Amino acid sequence: MTETPEVLDCRGQRCPLPVIALARRIGEVSVGTTVRLLADDPAAAGDVAAWCRMRGQEFLGQAGPDALDVRRLT
Amino acid sequence: MGPTRHIDEPVAYFDAATASPLHPAAREALIAALADGWADPGKLYGQARQARQLFDAARAVFADILAVRAEEVWFAPTGSEACRRAIAGLLRGRARVGRTVVHSAVEHSSVLKAIHDGVEVGVDRLGRVDLAAFAEAVGRDGVAAAALMSANHEVGTVQPLTEAAAACQAAGVPLLVDAAQSVGRVPVPEQWSVLTASAHKWGGPPGVGVLAVRTGVRFEDAADATGPSLPLLVAAAASLRAVEVDRDAQARRLSGLVTRIRETVAATVPDVEVVGDPVERLPHLVTFSCLYVDGEALLHALDRRGFAVSSGSSCTSDTLRPSHVLEAMGVLSHGNVRVSLHRDTTEEQVDRFLAELPGVVADLRAEAGVVGL
Repeated sequence: MTETPEVLDCRGQRCPLPVIALARRIGEVSVGTTVRLLADDPAAAGDVAAWCRMRGQEFLGQAGPDALDVRRLT
Repeated sequence: MGPTRHIDEPVAYFDAATASPLHPAAREALIAALADGWADPGKLYGQARQARQLFDAARAVFADILAVRAEEVWFAPTGSEACRRAIAGLLRGRARVGRTVVHSAVEHSSVLKAIHDGVEVGVDRLGRVDLAAFAEAVGRDGVAAAALMSANHEVGTVQPLTEAAAACQAAGVPLLVDAAQSVGRVPVPEQWSVLTASAHKWGGPPGVGVLAVRTGVRFEDAADATGPSLPLLVAAAASLRAVEVDRDAQARRLSGLVTRIRETVAATVPDVEVVGDPVERLPHLVTFSCLYVDGEALLHALDRRGFAVSSGSSCTSDTLRPSHVLEAMGVLSHGNVRVSLHRDTTEEQVDRFLAELPGVVADLRAEAGVVGL
């Protein structure tokens, strides 16, 4: 977790758009990579955590205001 | 655009948790009470006495069904107002003890808005309150009251009231039970200090809130508190009496339909999360979230096909915030649909919904280009 994460800026987008963008990006990065999602929709944090649970990816939590870290596991 | 509803096909109304269609007994009682109960019950003439008798009879019906004495039953102009007055009355009555209110994270917004100094207790993935944390919180100093709903309005999960009430009793803290979604659907809970309900949830008219306060509870109602109009109150009482007659049979029937929805949606719609407790739940309500689907678009698509449902997705709320209930449970909040049934709901309506839903969701996902994601 020391490497600089991939950043995906979805600020200004409403759910489910940030989750869709995250799902696309996770499919492009290699397993073990962390993607930092920037999203300011109030539903994003909960929905990203739920998406990780449904898709078997790792939700690393809030990495700052409007920033969520997700690691590709599968 | 997909196929739309045939013009003479009636809308399947699946939003009973917001408001149930008026029960025939309510309509009859309302018309009769408008004829006989228009006078001011506080005056000293025949028409007033007749109005007073109607009020007393309505109150007696509520006392009977809630298993309390008539003097313990009060009324408010809405269910939300009953909740607000319940919290405010407990805070005034217990002002010398403290001003903190312990509450679950999934209480109705009318309860949450009335609380200014709250201790929120979390829920698990099914929406069930953390009992250990609840008991710990009510045992602290300065707690004026606790609030735990009988069952949740968005996901249907029934709360462990017996255990929560025991914790409140041990701590000497009065417990408000918001029973808006359960009265008329399942047996009335027994362990509470103050209980609230709302007539239009069980098929009574809109505009009647019920507030029951047990004798001995330190409760100080607002000096300017008002009640519903007498004809509405009479209609609310008549409908609750009628609903209670076949309550268990309706609950069994609707619960069977909800089970069918829970199982069929999970089996026929890919990437769907059916939320709430599958067993300890209300008989008439089910909620699910569809991954990658916009909740507002889903509601509009269902509306075009003649299905009236509700949603906890942020895009469907005035505030653009997701449902605090879904958020507290940690479940998906977008693409959310709440289906809540009532006595007029038919098996055919439910089956038509289940037949059309997978296609509606698939079309929206295709439009958004998220298939296979």
